Amino acid sequence: MRSAPSRALRALPTLLRIGVAETVAYRAEFLVWMLTSTMPLIMLGLWTSVAREAPFQGYQAKDYVAYYLANMIVRNMTGNWVAWQISEEIRTGVLSMRLLRPIHPFLAYASSHAAALPFRSLIALPIAVILLLSSGASSLTTDPLQLALLLPSLALAWLITFGILFAIGCCGFWITQTFGVVNFYYGVYSLFSGYLLPLDHLPYWIARIAEYTPFPSMLYAPIALMTKHLTTDQVTSLLLHQGLWAVGAVAIAVVVWRAGVRRFEAVGG
Amino acid sequence: MIRANELTKHFKVHRRPPGFASALKSLVHRKYEMVKAVDGVTFTIERGERVGFLGPNGAGKTTTLKVLSGLLHPTSGEVLVAGHVPFRREAALLGKITLVMGQKSQLIWDLPPAETYALNRAVFDVPQQEFAKTLAELTELLELAPLLDKPTRQLSLGERMKCELAAALLHRPTTLFLDEPTIGLDVAMQVAIRDFVRSYNQRHEATVLLTSHYMDDVVALCPRIIVIDQGKLIHDGDLRQLIKTMDPDKRVSFTLVNGVDPNEIGKLGIVLSRDGQRFTVKISERDIPDAVSHLLGTLKAADLAIEDPPLEDVLRVMFGKHKGPAA
Repeated sequence: MRSAPSRALRALPTLLRIGVAETVAYRAEFLVWMLTSTMPLIMLGLWTSVAREAPFQGYQAKDYVAYYLANMIVRNMTGNWVAWQISEEIRTGVLSMRLLRPIHPFLAYASSHAAALPFRSLIALPIAVILLLSSGASSLTTDPLQLALLLPSLALAWLITFGILFAIGCCGFWITQTFGVVNFYYGVYSLFSGYLLPLDHLPYWIARIAEYTPFPSMLYAPIALMTKHLTTDQVTSLLLHQGLWAVGAVAIAVVVWRAGVRRFEAVGG
Repeated sequence: MIRANELTKHFKVHRRPPGFASALKSLVHRKYEMVKAVDGVTFTIERGERVGFLGPNGAGKTTTLKVLSGLLHPTSGEVLVAGHVPFRREAALLGKITLVMGQKSQLIWDLPPAETYALNRAVFDVPQQEFAKTLAELTELLELAPLLDKPTRQLSLGERMKCELAAALLHRPTTLFLDEPTIGLDVAMQVAIRDFVRSYNQRHEATVLLTSHYMDDVVALCPRIIVIDQGKLIHDGDLRQLIKTMDPDKRVSFTLVNGVDPNEIGKLGIVLSRDGQRFTVKISERDIPDAVSHLLGTLKAADLAIEDPPLEDVLRVMFGKHKGPAA
């Protein structure tokens, strides 16, 4: 038998193809799921009305438009439901069948979720066009370095988000039901990632705490690349942070998986 | 080869009586019980053997299969399957084994079975040509053609089981763990599956460990059976020997052409059933020659058949004995 990485690489096209087929199996459900991430639009309405008369904390109304539409794009391209999927498969024992396949479940789940990305871009791209045509266009970066690093930054944000949600899903090995943990995670994520409001709007001490968490790397970093005029040092720092958190998130996911799978009870059958 | 040595698997189970008050109470105080699903089981199965794994519900059969296939970590004891420790789930082992669970699907629920087959081909790294050949063979044997492009969730239980079996065998495993593989299938398909498993075993020298509630599966396929009850091994050996030891009497069935006094039949042995002129009588093995000669000669019996007692009856006696007298 070939080595594990070689086998995984050869299996990847099929895994992605199956992932696409799974994604489109429930077309209506998929569309509704994508359209539910509308919180940035609500926040956009709120903050543009605040900044209508005068700039707020250096943000004009058009800056908020750029920020929240970029926010929607990044959230759309990086969000996933792997935590629910894993904990449900643990709870019902369906995970058993994955364990019988010679491919690490992290890779199997990741490819299935990555396969949904082209479909998510169907939503993200029109938003991007609106962004370009809207009053927020002048608030977007034109820096070639920032634009060139946008895709790698999105990929790293996706990987960090996936790794952390994978680890949260694996908590199901201990506590069976992880809805509470996932909700707690989304609460913290919404605040520390810049999802609800730009990080520079947070009280100083909260913003400092956020810096030491992976959350800004999951959302704020790509938004900043799109909407801010950053120095090369700032860009390097953002990407470096993202790279380190990506390694950390994958490592945590794999460690939690290894510890948890020993407790798997393979119920049913 | 499969080897289990003093295999033990315990589960911590939360118990609470029904009702609102106990639900609230369980929020602050939970009662747990340690259940010994498998309790010190030892056996060895050589390559190419077909072994029936029997026991009443909750005896620990499926748990043992799950440990052997690497889904569960044993609490204690040693397990080796094809030279590997199963719970490490090394790719080399997973390529050699398969587990079919009648109650659990490995097919992707929302997609047609053909997609699961393609996935399995990719992750098990089966060469395209070999895959096409095996799939064609399985499609013909299991009559899968009309099912391959139908979403799994829309298949009947029997249809799904046939597709499950194909999915489980596409990578040509040499160790088959079959947990109720014929569940939901009609009689003709049960026979086809049995024939297929036997032929697969012979062609690939595959080891088969089978659990089934259909004793016909076990009798037809497994020369050796392992019986467990309450997690403990209570028999490991030849199927016919077990039947002979537990219940040496034969079942003699026959039809009487002329009317005969039923008391006459009662003298031969214990009448187990009577349907019109058709009788089934339990007769001890040593009395068989005289009884048969009397039935055919004097009583002019027709359609006479001599059979071992059904395995179900033997197991019922066996589990009854093992549990001891009722309190």
